[in-house]
Amino acid sequence: MADADRKLSNGTGRIDFATDPSRYRHWKLSVEGDVATLSMDVDENAPLFEGYQLKLNSYDLGVDIELADVLERLRFEHPQVRVVLLRSGKPRVFCAGANIRMLAGATHGHKVNFCKFTNETRNAIEDASAFSGQRMICVVEGSCAGGGYELALAADHIILTDDGSSTVSLPELPLLAVLPGTGGLTRVTDKRKVRRDHADVFCTTEEGVKGKRAVEWRLVDEVVPNTRLDDVVKERAQEFAGKSDRPKDAKGISLSPLKRTRSADGVEYSSVSVELSRAERIATITLRGPDAPPPKSADEMGAQGAEFWPLRLARELDDAILDIRLNEFDTAVIVFKSEGDPEAVLAYDRFLQANASHWLAREIVLKWKRVLKRVDLTSRSLVTLIEPGSCFAGTLAELVFAADRSYMLIGRMDGDNRPPAAIMLGETNTGTLPMSNGLSRLATRFLGEPDSLERARKALGQKLDAERAAELGLVTFALDDIDWEDEIRVFFEERASFSPDGLTGLEANLRFGGPETMETKIFARLTAWQNWIFQRPNAVGEEGALRRYGTGQKAVFDTKRV
Amino acid sequence: MDIINVDYREKIPNNVNLTEDRRVLKALEGWHPGYLDWWNDMGPEGFQESLVYLRTAVSVDPKGWAKFDYIKMPEYRWGILLAPPEENRKIPFGVHLGDPVWQEVPGEYRAMLRRLVVIQGDTEPASVEQQRHLGKTAPSLYDLRNLFQINVEEGRHLWAMVYLLHKYFGRDGRDEADDMLRRRSGSKDAPRMLGAFNEATPDWLSLFMFTFFTDRDGKMQLESLAQSGFDPLSRTCRFMLTEEAHHMFVGETGIGRVVQRTCEAMKAAGIEDPNAIDKVRALGVIDLPTIQKKLNLHYTLSLDLFGSEVSTNAANAFNASLKGRFRETSIDDDHKLENDIYPVLKFVDGAIKLVDEPALTAVNMRLRDDYTRDCAKGIERFNKIIERLGVDFRLALPHVAFHRDIGEFKDVQATPSGVLIDEATWAREKDKWLPSLADGEFIASLMKPVSEPGKFAAWIAPPKVGIDNRPGNFEYVKIAA
Repeated sequence: MADADRKLSNGTGRIDFATDPSRYRHWKLSVEGDVATLSMDVDENAPLFEGYQLKLNSYDLGVDIELADVLERLRFEHPQVRVVLLRSGKPRVFCAGANIRMLAGATHGHKVNFCKFTNETRNAIEDASAFSGQRMICVVEGSCAGGGYELALAADHIILTDDGSSTVSLPELPLLAVLPGTGGLTRVTDKRKVRRDHADVFCTTEEGVKGKRAVEWRLVDEVVPNTRLDDVVKERAQEFAGKSDRPKDAKGISLSPLKRTRSADGVEYSSVSVELSRAERIATITLRGPDAPPPKSADEMGAQGAEFWPLRLARELDDAILDIRLNEFDTAVIVFKSEGDPEAVLAYDRFLQANASHWLAREIVLKWKRVLKRVDLTSRSLVTLIEPGSCFAGTLAELVFAADRSYMLIGRMDGDNRPPAAIMLGETNTGTLPMSNGLSRLATRFLGEPDSLERARKALGQKLDAERAAELGLVTFALDDIDWEDEIRVFFEERASFSPDGLTGLEANLRFGGPETMETKIFARLTAWQNWIFQRPNAVGEEGALRRYGTGQKAVFDTKRV
Repeated sequence: MDIINVDYREKIPNNVNLTEDRRVLKALEGWHPGYLDWWNDMGPEGFQESLVYLRTAVSVDPKGWAKFDYIKMPEYRWGILLAPPEENRKIPFGVHLGDPVWQEVPGEYRAMLRRLVVIQGDTEPASVEQQRHLGKTAPSLYDLRNLFQINVEEGRHLWAMVYLLHKYFGRDGRDEADDMLRRRSGSKDAPRMLGAFNEATPDWLSLFMFTFFTDRDGKMQLESLAQSGFDPLSRTCRFMLTEEAHHMFVGETGIGRVVQRTCEAMKAAGIEDPNAIDKVRALGVIDLPTIQKKLNLHYTLSLDLFGSEVSTNAANAFNASLKGRFRETSIDDDHKLENDIYPVLKFVDGAIKLVDEPALTAVNMRLRDDYTRDCAKGIERFNKIIERLGVDFRLALPHVAFHRDIGEFKDVQATPSGVLIDEATWAREKDKWLPSLADGEFIASLMKPVSEPGKFAAWIAPPKVGIDNRPGNFEYVKIAA
């Protein structure tokens, strides 16, 4: 169940991440030439859970699921859109941030995963700007508070109206005794490079900052009088559009609904199967390779659209991961398996590489990058089992390196006539699918052994059997059929016996070696600080600020500093 | 220091010993020229050189606090006047109930208090801006003078709030004080903070409605701020209430005189049907149904000023002992509202229902209920006039779900009697309930200035007594050529 303590408004037991514009309750998109206007107009009577209203353009996961969907569609369905104007559809308020009553009543697990998802969505906005040529301009009229400002921070450019009352603010600490949970603090210091003392004042001032000071402190890029706003927005949009490399007259593809069948113990997609062994607390995700060679041309790829295998697979895997994250809290381990021909997988990688300058190929690679980052950031033990008949090659081999551990079978099991397990590396493994630390998974894996990275590079395009893969350091263990089943059983049982909290912390620490980036900081600090504060009585105790918010009563704090 | 009488030899008259407070004096002197610029730009249009018979506060003693004299408005002595301190005053409500009142702003409440002061302060200059064109169409010199009296006193109320901002809220306070002069009623670039203060006041009936309904909201807000644990705010508001009473007097007697004149004219012409609008209008007076429409408009705009029925901000301000309830000290409860409930009309599952809410979060609703009772008393007095003159008509307050922009009923439409209707019905019927363009044009056609002492426009009755007991033909405004 999604969240045992609360009832979903849609009457089902699961949070669904798949949506489409016909079902949006909270966002409106209009496209005019190369400029799209995305208006946030939250329906206060359409919350994800029962028991609260989404007043003043505040949001919950349901609102963010739509946002994530519309952002994906902007990339794939509207290749000509170079600039997205993010605005409010409501007068006098841009966005009041995450809904506080929702937060106050949510389980800890829901809060953490809600914040993680919203962070991933904000990162996707920045990714679109940096790699996809789709820039975002945020136009703030009215109050822009907390998560509302964090959303604005994800844009390339923030315009604030200078009407004497419109403000930007991060009131989390003074108002709720928590931190901005969607990268606000990191983006204030690292993206907008606000001076630390100004940031201190800003983050402790409930009502926020307006007008000239907001510009002087770099909290926004410009303030504009209401009467000039439309002109300035138009001007900026043209300016930003001029710098984009998105195609002028390409035809978008339609992100058709996922083919998905749910049963009590799993989900079937066209190329992905999820099998839930609830007693063992294991979710097994099996990815299936292509059943046809890549198309002959980019046009043919466009004609296949959302059915094009790499895109279809990426969307299905994304949905499967999110479904487990938010709906299967008891799952301890996610097992990745695959079925197919590794050569065929690599052929698709090569096709995408050969068409790298085509907008759709670029979007698909970027989509894979985001999906794999989502895997990296999933707080379940990840293990990849490389068995006979599997196709962990190129892009799919990333799942071997994303896992906390990988096991590869040497040879075959008795009576199995499928080809022995093989891994194949491709160009995609050496750089086009970086982790949030900016490095490829292989480079992160071999941080302390540059020679190993070099050896792996030399093995590009080769079929690597278990012993060779182990020798190259690409898998954790290569096991023969005598040990295979027992070793893996013991691993699962051991894993299930450890503290889930301890594992979450351990895995998050070990996965992200190497340099810090804004992204790694955002997630690490979210995990370390926000999630700590979210557990503390000063926030969530009976007399804590989050619980007391809205009652008019003051929070009572334990004054000891930790 | 004399805390009762005001020293007018000072540049800024005050009873807060400003000469000893160099820092605040300097800040206020810095703000003063901007204020005068604002007054000259946005104050009453066309009468800045006229001599107006105005009262000026000379003392905060409730007995005999003002003196009357002719003065040019830009030379009016806007001062800073606080009601005398109450000795050993204790905080009368909230979590700090029973503690001695604060003479300085508690750090943890600084932002919340500043917000309260700013919102209150922003309304003061707004109404001056809204009313600045009305001088041209005044129905008499008496009314003209009353308008200007209100205007200069709203200006003084701005001073009162600006003094608090300068004295207690540091740089942010000074910035806010500057912004008060920057925002403009109805401006697209920098509108006033609250909706009703951006609406036009196009004619004198609107002015009377505004001073009856909207200034009465002001009175309720000042009453609840007068309870504040922050003593300087309490004392400021207590004195402002003395002046505010006159503004409501203008509204109440104004509407009463319009109603009276209409009824008298109907009677004289032998018109029995108050809904025979064309016939009544032909007499050059405003028909009662149109007065009801104006009332519907201004009452509902003013209801919006109370904010959401259930409000966290209001609860926080009450709990923090910053903003109390109307006549807090005479309410018989624990003054903390920890476990009390209060019934609130809400929109639930498509219907209007009375729902019990925690009293703490419903303090706005309670204040609004007190306001409605206060308004209803005034309406009854108008009905007495109508009844006395033998016309078969009653004015009434519309239902709170009617024509709302804020709170529970903002997304629905309802008739003045509280029947929920769809948008199409609303669009079709609303001109029956709110002043239409044609109604506005008709009223505008009556707005011809009367500037001969003792004379009144035909659509309004003369007052019973003059200001400062002056005779009927007194020249309240000596209009400069």
